[in-house]
Amino acid sequence: MSKSQKNKEPVQYGTLPKALTGITGLDEITGGGLPYGRPSLICGEAGSGKTLMSIEFIVRGAVQYNEPGVFVAFEEKSDELAINVASLGFDLKKLQAENKLKIDHVHIDRSEIEETGEYDLEGLFIRLGYAIDSIGAKRVVLDTLENLFSGLNNQAVLRAELRRLFTWLKEKGVTAIITGERGEGALTRQGLEEYVSDCVILLDNRVVNQITTRRLRVIKYRGTVHGTNEYPFLIDEDGISVLPVTSLKMANTVSTERISTGVKALDDMLGGRGLYRGGSVLVSGTAGTGKTSLAASFANETCNRKEKCIYFAMEESPNQIIRNIRSIGIDLQKHVDSGLLIFNASRPNLHGLEMHLVAMHKCIKKYRPSVVIIDPITNFINIGSVSEVKNMLVRMIDFLQEEQISVMFTALSLNTIVNEQTDEGVSSLVDAWILVRDIEFNGERNRGLYVMKSRGMKHSNQVREFIITGNGLQLVDVYLGPDGILTGSAREQQMLLEQTGEAIRNSAVTRKDREIIRKRKVLEAKIASLHTEFESVEEELNKVYLEEELKKEILRKNREEVIKIRRGETEENVQTSKTSRKK
Amino acid sequence: MVRIDKKWELRLYVAGKTPKSVTALSNLKKYCEEHLKGQYRIEVVDLLEKPQLAEGDQILAIPTLVRKVPEPIRKIIGDLSNEEKVLVGLNIRPA
Repeated sequence: MSKSQKNKEPVQYGTLPKALTGITGLDEITGGGLPYGRPSLICGEAGSGKTLMSIEFIVRGAVQYNEPGVFVAFEEKSDELAINVASLGFDLKKLQAENKLKIDHVHIDRSEIEETGEYDLEGLFIRLGYAIDSIGAKRVVLDTLENLFSGLNNQAVLRAELRRLFTWLKEKGVTAIITGERGEGALTRQGLEEYVSDCVILLDNRVVNQITTRRLRVIKYRGTVHGTNEYPFLIDEDGISVLPVTSLKMANTVSTERISTGVKALDDMLGGRGLYRGGSVLVSGTAGTGKTSLAASFANETCNRKEKCIYFAMEESPNQIIRNIRSIGIDLQKHVDSGLLIFNASRPNLHGLEMHLVAMHKCIKKYRPSVVIIDPITNFINIGSVSEVKNMLVRMIDFLQEEQISVMFTALSLNTIVNEQTDEGVSSLVDAWILVRDIEFNGERNRGLYVMKSRGMKHSNQVREFIITGNGLQLVDVYLGPDGILTGSAREQQMLLEQTGEAIRNSAVTRKDREIIRKRKVLEAKIASLHTEFESVEEELNKVYLEEELKKEILRKNREEVIKIRRGETEENVQTSKTSRKK
Repeated sequence: MVRIDKKWELRLYVAGKTPKSVTALSNLKKYCEEHLKGQYRIEVVDLLEKPQLAEGDQILAIPTLVRKVPEPIRKIIGDLSNEEKVLVGLNIRPA
């Protein structure tokens, strides 16, 4: 909230000057506070927070804006008031000692007072005037002026004097708050609204389904635009916080930075790099599908990056979550110890939806985390209708986007219509939707995870089996076989089966190979024997041939011998003829 | 008829010399002279001069007559034009 900027606005444009209340959210709704130098009316039923709001206006004015204030209490004594607001960290005694605050208790007791004849309320004016002048007050609260009506009889005088009082306050130039009890059919019992016409704020305390929600509405604010809705507000140890419901414009800056979900395989499914920073992701699934585990690993990853994370636990206590998550090998305790992880556990039906929103707002504003986890959003349906829950989440997402905070919601989906609607309602708001579901098959239940949608990235369309192990979360490709999708032990079995098949195939192959080798050897041996056979045949053939030759030779020799003999040649002649022939 | 054992301490708060204040003071003086002669004391406080005194006696309306003594403190607001009411209010005459 840039208060200094808002402070300048009236000056720049010459519109109605306003006095900042310092009450969280109220200044945003009224566009800068209450009308400066004019009286405003805060009305509401008993216990709706009128006194508290007005005293906070005075105290914040004195402390933050250096505008001393006078609190005129018609109901409570100054000491009582001091004790009542001490729990909010307001030290009225100290402020009074510093002359920043003056509490004037106006006590009216009808039994003590007798009226006779004409009178006016000049005494009150003088007291107030004195109180204002003694500390230079700029702010005045009259709480509750209507007590005058119960203390004094002469209504005509009272009304005339009230009119004069408001004119007088305006002349004094003090920013005043007048509180009034809500009346039947009118804003206040005594019709104070007809005197205070500049700004009227109505406080309301409504009980729906046994859950109380405080609400605030600016009924009238002359000369300026203001939020017209009913805004829930919260009273806690820091005073009042009003939640300006939705910012009207959708002009949030967006980041292209990506952050990991803490599960590598899931990041891979989300375009390989995880979620966009400042985005919102819904993890929905049936009971026991590991939504909290996913959320916890996201938280763990965030803290490992040395970024802050707030974990709004709606179902389990922080210690329970830490213990349970330790079983999957994630130690959240060390992040809690280092202050990076802040658990904020509350039951959904602790207070109304709006209150949850306000409380979360406050917590987020206080710690400024980069990641917020709400686990789960489902139970909100118990305390509001579907559309109310949706509205609340819209505002939550809106606010977180504005702050560039990533958020992960988990939602339980049952097979009831209501919850399916919740899913539907929320799923259109979030940037990414991860669905974890049961796959029941073959007598066992396994988890399947897929990305339903993820804006602005190319995400996987595959169903992965989501396995929670002692070392964190893992995603495994499911087995897509001829019999459909197989998961868990069926998948393992199928894989084993395949392995066996492979082994058998492998051994078959090697056997065949060996056979071939053997066959080849046999054939080769055969070839060798044939070869030898061929050689022997060839030799045989050769032998015949040689014998033939030899025979021929011998025959020729014999013939020559015969011829020689017939011619009568001697042995020598034969010999020479023989050598000559050889030559 | 006059009670001697009691002393009446009365304080009249006014804011300047307005007609109502003047009427109230003259009425008061008249009643006191009639009923409390010699046993009363009237103190007039002008809040325009001493505004800080308004808180002590829880003064809202002007004029206001406060009976400090005898106890308990009683207050009568207005110009005291109704004698009966003033006397009853001050416990001078039982109601």
